[in-house]
Amino acid sequence: MSSTATVPEATAPSRSNASRAFRRFRRHRMAVLGAVTITLLFLASFLGPYLLPFNDTYIDIMHRFEGPFSGAHILGTDELGRDMLARLMMGGRISLLVGLTAMAISMAIGILVGAIAGYYGGVVGAALMRLVDAVLCFPTIFLLLALAALIEPGLLSIIVLIAATSWMDVARIVEGQIRALRERDFAVAAEALGASDRYIVFRELVPNAMAPVVVAATLTVAKAILLESYVSFLGYGIQPPVPSWGNMLNNAQIYLTSAPWLAILPGLAITLAVTSFNFIGDGLRDALDPRLDGR
Amino acid sequence: MSAPPVLEVENLAVRFRAEGGEVAAVSDVSFSVRRGETLAVVGESGSGKSVTSLALMRLLPKPPACHISGEARLAGQDGRMLDLLRLPETEMRAVRGNRIAMIFQEPMTSLNPVKTIGRQITEAIRLHRPMSRAAAEEEAVRLLDLVGIPAPRQRLTSYPHHLSGGMRQRVMIAIALSCEPAVLIADEPTTALDVTIQAQILDLLRRLQQMSGMAVIFITHNLGVVAEIADRVLVMYAGRVVEQADVRPLFARPLMPYTTGLLRSVPRLDLAGRRAGALPAIPGNVPDPRHPPTGCAFHPRCEHFQPGRCDAAAPALEQVGDGRTVRCLRWREISLETAA
Amino acid sequence: MSAYLVRRLGQAALLLWLVSMIGFAILHLAPGGPLAQFALSSQMTQEDLDRIAQQLGLDRPLPVQYFDWLVRMLTGDWGTSYRDNQPVLEVIGGHLGATLELMLTATLLAILFGGWIGILGAIRRYSLFDYLATAGAMVALSIPTFWFGLVAIYIFSVHLDWLPAGNRQTAGDGSLPDLLRHLVLPAIVLALVEMAIWSRYMRSSLLDVVNQDYIRTARAKGLPEWRVLTGHALRNAALPMITLAGLQMPTLLGGALVTETVFTWPGMGRLFLDSISYRDYPVVMGILMLSAMMVLIGNLLADMLYAAADPRIRLG
Repeated sequence: MSSTATVPEATAPSRSNASRAFRRFRRHRMAVLGAVTITLLFLASFLGPYLLPFNDTYIDIMHRFEGPFSGAHILGTDELGRDMLARLMMGGRISLLVGLTAMAISMAIGILVGAIAGYYGGVVGAALMRLVDAVLCFPTIFLLLALAALIEPGLLSIIVLIAATSWMDVARIVEGQIRALRERDFAVAAEALGASDRYIVFRELVPNAMAPVVVAATLTVAKAILLESYVSFLGYGIQPPVPSWGNMLNNAQIYLTSAPWLAILPGLAITLAVTSFNFIGDGLRDALDPRLDGR
Repeated sequence: MSAPPVLEVENLAVRFRAEGGEVAAVSDVSFSVRRGETLAVVGESGSGKSVTSLALMRLLPKPPACHISGEARLAGQDGRMLDLLRLPETEMRAVRGNRIAMIFQEPMTSLNPVKTIGRQITEAIRLHRPMSRAAAEEEAVRLLDLVGIPAPRQRLTSYPHHLSGGMRQRVMIAIALSCEPAVLIADEPTTALDVTIQAQILDLLRRLQQMSGMAVIFITHNLGVVAEIADRVLVMYAGRVVEQADVRPLFARPLMPYTTGLLRSVPRLDLAGRRAGALPAIPGNVPDPRHPPTGCAFHPRCEHFQPGRCDAAAPALEQVGDGRTVRCLRWREISLETAA
Repeated sequence: MSAYLVRRLGQAALLLWLVSMIGFAILHLAPGGPLAQFALSSQMTQEDLDRIAQQLGLDRPLPVQYFDWLVRMLTGDWGTSYRDNQPVLEVIGGHLGATLELMLTATLLAILFGGWIGILGAIRRYSLFDYLATAGAMVALSIPTFWFGLVAIYIFSVHLDWLPAGNRQTAGDGSLPDLLRHLVLPAIVLALVEMAIWSRYMRSSLLDVVNQDYIRTARAKGLPEWRVLTGHALRNAALPMITLAGLQMPTLLGGALVTETVFTWPGMGRLFLDSISYRDYPVVMGILMLSAMMVLIGNLLADMLYAAADPRIRLG
């Protein structure tokens, strides 16, 4: 018979999708906490060193291996007497930078591959997707290390390598989205109007597929930061003296028994950053998902 | 004719906790059913008919998400009356599926896809009637045969996806009937089925009812079905009973304007072409249970609405004689008008 | 189902072929190519290098080299380790067992604990337990495995001295209790990430199932809630977990590599790293290819198991 009653919103309905999504995001406490944490981490890493009395490269053998909260150095010093807090901040710069840049590159590759595969479908699409599947068969760390061992390690090369091993998931997501959206009315209408393929894909389809892509981007940063830490820990990533949270941990291994904070602190920093990005990603997923499972 | 009722519901009310307060899904619902009788519960989506039946089966969420009040007396095996709403859960479980059973609307999804038909039936049987697996399987075969499924023995090892919708609904009926319930609640069992299958299922239900003498509460929004199988009809709107009558008098002389509207909106082949204009439908929509209209819940859509009266006071349920009840302030005047 | 199987095997074969091509491409990306280790010796002249190149067949067109290489791989000739001149497959085989031991134990732990947490979380949705479990899973996924390993070693080995800090067994010992003592910490460390994943997916899967109509039917029969859970809900919720198990291969292998490093566990991952630092390319390539094959096989097995378990696929 007649339709079920529609339930009006408890608050005045907002016109814009963005503001509604933002409100939903705000309700996700952990995500907000994550966002705040990341902001603080960024500020600390990029502005912090200017505020600290200690330089991260200043070697002070007289004060080596000082524990946290014990002396002038808030978080202690390492085996060369360098201030831990300063090193963490500088390391943060590198790790966060690597994470974000690698994400950007892998997003670009992934969106491109996924969009082409999803839009053209057929043999091209299938071939591209099978290629993605094949690359995904290699465990990321193995692939990354094998490639990293072949090249001269450096900041740029690490970023490129991490990007090269992280684009596949995005490509899959984008391919699925584009494939579904391609048949929708607005895309067909654009085609009927004579729009070029490139226009349709990048101006019509991709913008509509952005929601899961944004979520994927956040989660990719998290993964990239983790990957950099793994690779640097194993010695094939960022090379000292450039500090990164990962290679600080490599250093700290030998001193685990005598100066455990050398290992604990960078690991905490990594965990904090990655957790925050993951929570943000979760919050974004809930905020941007039109279905709102309520789970 | 006046056998004692096998189920008596009095002032059943169901309230749900939702964002921003409580919502009354069902209020002040009373009815009774006797042995061998079919009571049709009619109403649009959102009228509270399903909630009522789920409340009787105690399949609704527990407090604080959901509050049920009122009384529902079911005649037990030994003749004693059980208050369904107050039974502790362990005792209710002995009653559920046993003395009172329910079949649902979606046969395609109502059976577990990874368990065989046989297991799903024998599970129900052995739950309330202790017997060996082999005996239960025999019983299952008998039940499948009873509901008209061909090759019942082979069907025991089939999975639900091997069966059509109509077949699956028959299996559901078999499960429901496995313990010979006194009351069967059928919540729109044929809505999702083909018209021809629908007729077969209704026929089956009628036959089974005659055989066992069970009472049937048939929930539907299809008045054609009501006309075919019901003895009595309960019309619900916005969570309340708005009219109750034996089936013929209801169809012949509906008293509540909502009922009249429902009857009028049924397409009729004999009027096709003769009447210019659209199929008369009740204008407007079912009210939002969170913000019910003042006074009579139907007044925004009623053609006999009288401002100052219908939106001021909520009408009470009135007895009209021969077990008829009506919830309308103006029913006398309206019936006089239509008689004139 | 046989049609499904055939199709799936065909997909796997195609993927295997693509994987081999990618592997070959990486092999030839090595700076200096496969000649690298020879070029290190200063006594080598260019003529010598050319001669070796010819001997190794490196002057032939790439497709020919690839085909040759592929055939050799398929027949079990994976080359010889530069380090100790043993056949690559043998070298890897000697280390594979330890890795499998670690991976299997970790998976068992993860399914047991993670699955249980996920189920409880689904049953008590939105409770404090659920909230903590969900947040905890998120954090667990964000902790670098090797850091967790270091912290675990610090606490349980250095500080409390309950468990050994590394290796698979104490030299001279090799008894079951000794092996188990050595296995505990690395297995738990590896299992952490897996537990988080399993708990999330189990919770999600169970929640999906619990809202289905057939659960309502089960309750309507009068089944007690625990029987609804065990007899109906879990069976259906467990099905997607089979597929999940297959998909965990890459994560498990990667985690194993890192765990083996921290705990000096004599597995394939440790071998991989050691070989990289020794520039023992044949072994590196061998492990790379093997890991990809393990992922492929893992997925294939999981899909076949799923097809066998789900009557809708098994019986068509």
